[in-house]
Amino acid sequence: MTVNFFIPRLMPGNPAESILGQFHGHINPSALKALEAAFGIGKHQNILISYFEYLRNSLTGNFGASFSQGGTPVATVIAHDLPWTLGLVGLSTILGFVFGTALGAIAAWRRGGRLDNVLPPSFIIISAFPYFWVGLLCIWFFSFTLNWLPYEGGFNQTSSPAFGDIMIHAILPAFTIVITSIGGWILTMRNNMITVVAEDYVKMARAKGLKNQRILWQYAGRNALLPNLTGFAMSLGFVISGAILVEDVFNYPGVGFLLLQAVNAEDYPLMQALFLLITVAVLIAIFCADVATAILDPRTRGGN
Amino acid sequence: MLRRLSGAVRATWRFVRRDKKALAGSLILFVLLLISAFPNWFTPDDPAAEIYPRGVGLSWAHPLGTTGFGQDVFSQLMAGTRQSVMIALVVGFLCTVLSVVIGVTAAYMGGIIDDTLSLITDVILVIPTFPLVIVIAAYAKSATFWTIVFVLVVTGWSYGARQLRVQALSLRNRDYLLAAKARGEAPWYIIAVELIPPMTSLIVANFLGAALYAVLTAAGLQFIGLGNVNTESWGTMLYWAQNNDALQVGLPLWALTPGIMIALLGSALALLNYAFDEVSNPALRPVATPRQRKAVA
Repeated sequence: MTVNFFIPRLMPGNPAESILGQFHGHINPSALKALEAAFGIGKHQNILISYFEYLRNSLTGNFGASFSQGGTPVATVIAHDLPWTLGLVGLSTILGFVFGTALGAIAAWRRGGRLDNVLPPSFIIISAFPYFWVGLLCIWFFSFTLNWLPYEGGFNQTSSPAFGDIMIHAILPAFTIVITSIGGWILTMRNNMITVVAEDYVKMARAKGLKNQRILWQYAGRNALLPNLTGFAMSLGFVISGAILVEDVFNYPGVGFLLLQAVNAEDYPLMQALFLLITVAVLIAIFCADVATAILDPRTRGGN
Repeated sequence: MLRRLSGAVRATWRFVRRDKKALAGSLILFVLLLISAFPNWFTPDDPAAEIYPRGVGLSWAHPLGTTGFGQDVFSQLMAGTRQSVMIALVVGFLCTVLSVVIGVTAAYMGGIIDDTLSLITDVILVIPTFPLVIVIAAYAKSATFWTIVFVLVVTGWSYGARQLRVQALSLRNRDYLLAAKARGEAPWYIIAVELIPPMTSLIVANFLGAALYAVLTAAGLQFIGLGNVNTESWGTMLYWAQNNDALQVGLPLWALTPGIMIALLGSALALLNYAFDEVSNPALRPVATPRQRKAVA
């Protein structure tokens, strides 16, 4: 049973990519036509051949040329913007996960305490805010009202990018992503923790007279974290979706902003490559989370 | 049948009245439904008409000021309510239907049907939806209301289907279902009459979750200009505000109030969702704090 459950989960890449491929197969003709119009590569092939060609090109990293960026190869355009997104989304996702999980654990540990009464309802409400609007709110408050932080770009355009400058520009977008994504972590961790705290081994640990801190983090926390890791994988797609809009609001030079520019310019090769990239990135992250779960939780390894 | 229905209504009412989160959520939702049903009660003039002085701040004539085009912000907000509420309801409903059909069928049929349906569910679940939505909407060119609904339903049903499948699996081998099978009832009868009613609270929670997803994603789409930018909606308002640098030129009300409306609708759905979650999962219900317990005793 465990194997049955885990085989499709351990390799999410294959089925997802084949569906994805079909999706691309269906929409490729219009992109092909756009390509023909733009660059005159007018070869009329049937859909199947162009689909396989597309697959081969994707696998070798050849995504064609971007026609909104003056014919620069798509791979080059993306490589230029990718580090910004990786830095921003990676950092804020980790921050959100770590703080959210910790807060959720503490809230559940002191069930009915002040933290437990305030956190869940307020983050239910915050989770219902649109990401990009929280970004607008931050811009309005921190950049225009208080005049503290820059509101657009990834660095100061007049000088070459310096580390401190990049950090200052990253504060508001990162804060926006953390604030809107942290609620999910808090709630799932809290709910897992509530179930775990009722388990016998936690009672046992208490009966042994272990320190509360030790029970909280080493006994209950570790076990409540496992379902959260899977949740991490699930919600990553959601965080990335939000990050696209946040990048747009802040004109942040990452791939999300690039995707929207590509959409506006009807730059289909760039659009498809970005979508593929984002999907593959999410699948890799899910794969990593699954591997981590398997390493951390011996039960899921059983049955091999 | 009628008595059972009125009993359910009364039970729901009792639950809503007791649960503060549910009460707040339903109140907000009710007001927004009222506005979307009768927007004319709340808008003095044509909300789209550009007839007022541009960029006015707070005033009696314009409680929330005017836009950079000279439209009344308050009227626009009221007029925009309908589209967001409609998208929430329609997408929520269609997603729920799809989730129930796919999730319950998978669980009830088992075997290769279950494997296939689960695989499709998982694939849709892990694909990052918003980029997909953007790409589809971009290919669809002029996104009408129904394009947006279609895109959101296609990408939004999987989470619910997965949850419902798990729940239905746990119910499948209960005695009363086996009894129904032994009586020789048809599969559709067993599914509709015996299997689905016990899952009502989860189904409602799924409806609310899908509706919330629809509101936020639709707002995002409209914000980046992939909706129909000439219709009245909160996302479209944000699009125009952002494109005209509302924040930079000192019109924060124009740029921030539509977001507050989206957040209101979203919070109402999220609060109700959470309350229903507590119904279907008793472990999550609030516990009495020691002080409260003393007060009772």
